Amino acid sequence: MSATEERTSYIGAPVKRREDRSLLTGQGTFVDNMTPTGTLAMVVVRSPYASARVTSVAADEARKAEGVVAVFTAADLQDDWKAAMPCAWPVTEDMKNPPHYPLTETPRYQGDGVAVVLAETRAQAKDAAELVEVGYDAGDAIVDISKALEDGATLVHPDLGTNECYVWRLDTDATGEAIDDADVVVTRRYVQPRLIPNAIEPRAVLAVPGLVDDVTLYSATQIPHILRVLVAATLGMHESKLRVVAPDVGGGFGSKLDVYAEELLAVALARRLGTPVKWVEERSEGYLATIHGRDFVTEYTLGATKDGTITHCRAKVKAAMGAYLQLVTPGVPLLGAWIYGGPYAIPNYSVEFTGVFTNTTPTDAYRGAGRPEATYVIERTMDALADELEMDRVELRRRNFIKEFPHTLASGLTIDSGDYDASLDKLLELLDLGSLQAEQAQRRENAGEKQLGVGFSTYNEMCGLAPSRILGAIRYAAGGWDSATIRCLPTGSVQVITGTSPHGQGHETAWAQIVADQLGCDIDVVEVLHGDTSISSVGMDTYGSRSLPVGGVALWHAGEKVIEKARQIVAHQWEVAADDLEFGEGAFRVKGSPDKETTLAAVAFGAWAAHDLPDGMEPTLEATAVYDPPNFSWPAGAHAAVVEVDTETGDARLVRYVAVDDVGAVVNPVIVDGQIHGGITQGIATALYEEALYDEDGNLQTANLVTYLVPTAFELPSYELERTESRSPTNPLGVKGVGETGTIAAAPAVINAVVDAISHLGVKDIQMPATPERVWRAIEEAKT
Amino acid sequence: MRHVALTVNGTRHELELEPRELLVYVLRDKLGLTGTNVGCDTSSCGACTVIVDGAAAKSCTLLGVQVDGAEITTIEGLATNGELHPVQQAFHDHHALQCGYCTPGMVMAAVSLIAHGNASSEAAIREGLEGNLCRCTGYHNIVVAVQEAATSIGSAS
Repeated sequence: MSATEERTSYIGAPVKRREDRSLLTGQGTFVDNMTPTGTLAMVVVRSPYASARVTSVAADEARKAEGVVAVFTAADLQDDWKAAMPCAWPVTEDMKNPPHYPLTETPRYQGDGVAVVLAETRAQAKDAAELVEVGYDAGDAIVDISKALEDGATLVHPDLGTNECYVWRLDTDATGEAIDDADVVVTRRYVQPRLIPNAIEPRAVLAVPGLVDDVTLYSATQIPHILRVLVAATLGMHESKLRVVAPDVGGGFGSKLDVYAEELLAVALARRLGTPVKWVEERSEGYLATIHGRDFVTEYTLGATKDGTITHCRAKVKAAMGAYLQLVTPGVPLLGAWIYGGPYAIPNYSVEFTGVFTNTTPTDAYRGAGRPEATYVIERTMDALADELEMDRVELRRRNFIKEFPHTLASGLTIDSGDYDASLDKLLELLDLGSLQAEQAQRRENAGEKQLGVGFSTYNEMCGLAPSRILGAIRYAAGGWDSATIRCLPTGSVQVITGTSPHGQGHETAWAQIVADQLGCDIDVVEVLHGDTSISSVGMDTYGSRSLPVGGVALWHAGEKVIEKARQIVAHQWEVAADDLEFGEGAFRVKGSPDKETTLAAVAFGAWAAHDLPDGMEPTLEATAVYDPPNFSWPAGAHAAVVEVDTETGDARLVRYVAVDDVGAVVNPVIVDGQIHGGITQGIATALYEEALYDEDGNLQTANLVTYLVPTAFELPSYELERTESRSPTNPLGVKGVGETGTIAAAPAVINAVVDAISHLGVKDIQMPATPERVWRAIEEAKT
Repeated sequence: MRHVALTVNGTRHELELEPRELLVYVLRDKLGLTGTNVGCDTSSCGACTVIVDGAAAKSCTLLGVQVDGAEITTIEGLATNGELHPVQQAFHDHHALQCGYCTPGMVMAAVSLIAHGNASSEAAIREGLEGNLCRCTGYHNIVVAVQEAATSIGSAS
């Protein structure tokens, strides 16, 4: 493109995704699509018991089976592990972190691995795994976090003497006022069901040994960089001998934000056997072996004056850890710790988290991680408080909104920007609440079986993980920065290397939009590389809605460095002062002399040829920036659900879902809307459908996709989305992050709507998920 | 082992199969057609949907030996001469895929739905796709894309 031609901005435009073509034509590079010659299939033999001691493993028959190369038990591999499986977030000094290893002799949850079988084909390995005879001495299990801290409760780890993992508190007493002095105090108890993330691609791992004592680990992971550090550390490998590749990854939602036993096993066994080792999870296996989310019980209190000014909030949370601590298990509640006041200005603030071990699959970060749990209890209790005050629930929210930004919360963090009234105003406009209320009144009067309810959720959240200093202060082991390299190649193309690791988020497209705008080049010359530690050696990966506000901003800083270096080269060649040059639309000109120009691509060639560079300047035109955000970013918004409840069957069905989100500046509106669609859907799923249940012996009852209800297109409506925009002042792009907003906002909006639909029948609360049975029972109980 | 002949994306294959081999693994492991993905072990997710003799089928619910003589189309066989099928194109135009793992199955299910005239409304599409799970998109843009593809295919024929 000539520099004089009018060009429109890529940022903000609905650029179609460059990722799509290969995925739409069956050319995806998912891990299971790769099978190097000689690859052995690995199958894990798992404990059927939630608490047991392995008394014997008889593997002779399996070893003799066709195609079987090896069978290993925990004892066989104990010397392979130089450290226990990693937990990167010891949230308190005295947190209990019982060590666990990829294979065990004392399973503590159903699915804990006890042996592995390697064979030439997957079918052979599965057949042989059936022949491994494991003797177990099974013990009692505890699965309910409400009971796990009672005296005499069965202990998950008897050596610890307790099921309590930690207690963490954040207390402020800004006004010194006691909660009992509030005019109105509302306390409610809420259960956050345990959830199974269900990325549609199951986890998959392929470890390929190299010729120089090196290994390449292909994994369906969100975190190739972090994985490399921790696999190397756990196996005692030289980090530079391990290359981690995250090829096309089929969704994550937090479930691939971990260091898993199978990744460690595959690398260890590939090294031992000198041959590629592949493990592909089966869905039902993943229900046991991949982290779960949520499983909180929360007592939440709001105190307010008679006129509806909220003065206190208090949360007491029991959070399930599962049987062991995975990568960030204990930190999940803390990711919500600062936002238990929601978008409201509340001067007195107190949260207490108790981490609880149970004989269940470990929990860890699942979409929203800590913030959906917080938003749910706030937004449900706002409705309860409005009832108590006999005040309109929208008015109560509006009255307590934080109005001025930046705003320092009682919890201590500072919200960058926002306009909460603007989102709510727009929502009400879209919703046409008056008509809905008229219809609701009509249906109530007719006393028909289908009743209508409207529910609201006004939320904010903190994402863009995260300022490294704050992470350090709350005892997280790593930083929260990210890195980017921009390399202007001599042929005019631009190579962008990012430390983020997309698995559906469209970074290849969105990052190209940012760089093409900044460098003033055509988007098609920009190529974005990611997800391979041999190309992108430094990064902090993708989770916590961090990629754009951290990794995207790193790109911008790298671009500024590139432009600055190019400016020095042009100034030298033209013998003008660097300050006299202006850069725009991909070219440099002398201020006031628009006719003479040189493009960035021409400068890149010159920098590569290096014939005429300033003294001491290094050849080539490229730059790397590592960006550490100064603050979290703070998306917010207002959502409303409209639900029809069949009072005869208890079936609750969404008829409308309207959302107005403020995620700061938007790079690609289509991608942003897609993130919100998907996020909302997972929130709706929590509210109406999904719940992982164990029996009292620790057997997972919702053990597959037949019994755990992931919603289909049939259960859901189309969504009505709008946006407002409060740019973040903390970064030059003004961006905030969007990956989790929908999930954070949606569940309380839906449950508030379900309760609203049947509140005239006397129902005040419904536990999630609001299944037909629960709704029907609530209606029946309210009658008595 | 059993001898099986099947035609996949217009190419005839003669295979010796174990009776227990699922069609999806025949496609992936024997024929190298890895575009068809496996997302579950309970025939719930639909990621492995292909078209068998004109009708969508979850290829994890069929044994290879069951489809002896069948004509099968997989995601790899949908585009012609590098030009995307209208359903693929509509998915691209409307951002109907994110991670792309459910996409091959979703696209094949949509192709079959449209071909059988069952994509006449949003409600029909939502009902018709209930055998296919997507965790990324919330189905919103998938439904939009299938509606548009149904219209464009309808007006072309």
